[in-house]
Amino acid sequence: MLVLAIDTSTPAVTAGLVALDGDTLEFRDNRVTVDPRAHGELITPHALEAVKAAGVTLRDLDAIVCGVGPGPFTGLRAGMATAASLAHALGIPAHPVCSLDAIAADVAPGEAPFLVLTDARRREVYWAAYAADSTRTDGPHVQRPADLETTIEVAAGDGAFLYADALGAQPIEPRFPSALGLVKAAREALRSGSEPAPLTPLYLRRPDAVEPAARKKVTTP
Amino acid sequence: MPRIIMGIESSCDETGVGLVRLHDDDTVELLADEVASSVDQHARFGGVVPEVASRAHLEAMVPTVERAFDKAGLKLSDVDAIAVTAGPGLAGALLVGVAAAKAYAAALDIPLYGVNHLAGHIAVDTLQHGPLPDRCLALLVSGGHTQLLLVDDIASEITELGSTVDDAAGEAYDKVARVLGLPYPGGPPIDKAAKNGDGTAIAFPRGMTGPRDAKFDFSFSGLKTAVARWVEGAERRGEEIPVDDVAASFQEAVADVLTRKAIRAAKEHGVDTLVISGGVAANSRLSELAAERCAEAGITLRVPRPRLCTDNGAMIAALGAHVVAAGRPPASLDFSANPALPVQIVSI
Ligand SMILES: [Zn+2]
Repeated sequence: MLVLAIDTSTPAVTAGLVALDGDTLEFRDNRVTVDPRAHGELITPHALEAVKAAGVTLRDLDAIVCGVGPGPFTGLRAGMATAASLAHALGIPAHPVCSLDAIAADVAPGEAPFLVLTDARRREVYWAAYAADSTRTDGPHVQRPADLETTIEVAAGDGAFLYADALGAQPIEPRFPSALGLVKAAREALRSGSEPAPLTPLYLRRPDAVEPAARKKVTTP
Repeated sequence: MPRIIMGIESSCDETGVGLVRLHDDDTVELLADEVASSVDQHARFGGVVPEVASRAHLEAMVPTVERAFDKAGLKLSDVDAIAVTAGPGLAGALLVGVAAAKAYAAALDIPLYGVNHLAGHIAVDTLQHGPLPDRCLALLVSGGHTQLLLVDDIASEITELGSTVDDAAGEAYDKVARVLGLPYPGGPPIDKAAKNGDGTAIAFPRGMTGPRDAKFDFSFSGLKTAVARWVEGAERRGEEIPVDDVAASFQEAVADVLTRKAIRAAKEHGVDTLVISGGVAANSRLSELAAERCAEAGITLRVPRPRLCTDNGAMIAALGAHVVAAGRPPASLDFSANPALPVQIVSI
């Protein structure tokens, strides 16, 4: 099964191709650009280049996996609109994956639980906690790094590097979701062959909008 | 040459998908026009909230495409080219439509055209009234734009003669509606109230009509303040507000300035056709006064039906068809939406 993985939840614009055979994952090719303002420009060209580099076409894809955040950039929607439209046009399923789970799936197997944090901007992080085997035990949440109450000592994701001092946790790779991590995190859903869950972004924040107060007078009484 | 063109629009609060057929004689036929609006989600905020609009676009995009194809009885593989609004508009909202359009174009392996929303408002009239004359004037009035445009070629040559220096006409309607305690969006309720009122009851100012003002620019901020001032004065005196008369007098001031400047521009540029489009084009007093003044001046007036005037995908598909017919080159798939796309750039 040939899977296109897409993620635009972090400053990285990621599109990559992974083959899934039984339980075996084989990375084929990818295109990644770290630029928080280029998601809308680059995600489709990256998908086309990755597919071409792997020697196939979009028509050869069997499924799409898309990181659904949490992510602070309007760019998150660029990847998701792309994944949803590609899936519709190609007549293939698009599976949602929590982008933090994709980072966790790439953390080298160890003994200890760990955190995954990404930059939520406004001096906050998106975070989730994982057991040593990369299963999520808490989150995702959005919080200021200093307000995080945890005894976990290692943390992956770019948020872990940005806020290493405030967190008191040792930052470890990776910083961003990879194509392989995304497909790993979606492996069960892909193999089950069942209807994918809806492609809904994990916003975690409400839109900034305030209802107008009583109208201000233009004349002074 | 591509025959079936899909148009995708997401510049503000309407997710629009249109399908048109380009005929051999370059006429354009409407096949489907589906819109999902998030207007209700913005009502309590009194204006469009960009993040709310962007979230709604993402949710509505694929379902709206599906509905358009169902309506037209076509398959995705029948489409020969895609046109998408590249700007102007809200950055986060445009991004969703552009991302979706690129993905559809890549998956279907067909050309993509990034086109101008404002030009789309003019091109949509060809779906109802046929090809435009060699040269015409367009007045675009909506919640987002107020522009007087000279159109030499809908696919490539549009010149801005004037625009608003502050609020868009539709914005002034929203703000005046609020002053009068009428719901959002303000256009329809003010139009309704005005029908029972006297447009000459209160002499509200006609902005930018002085001898030293820019001939073809507009300003509605002073008018909006004048209405608020008048209403507050009446409130202070303990008088009941004659909502119908205020609405009619406000509407008269808007329609008077818009049509006066449009007719003057048509005369000065020797143009004999005026197209009025955009959400406010549906306003009854504006179309009435425009018809009257155009008849007097010997100008042909073209106003698309209300459904075509508001933001939709059909206007983008129609413009896309004209751009295709003119042989303009498609966009590269790495283009980005431009929230401030100037009207001279019809396709990028
Ligand atoms: Zn518009």
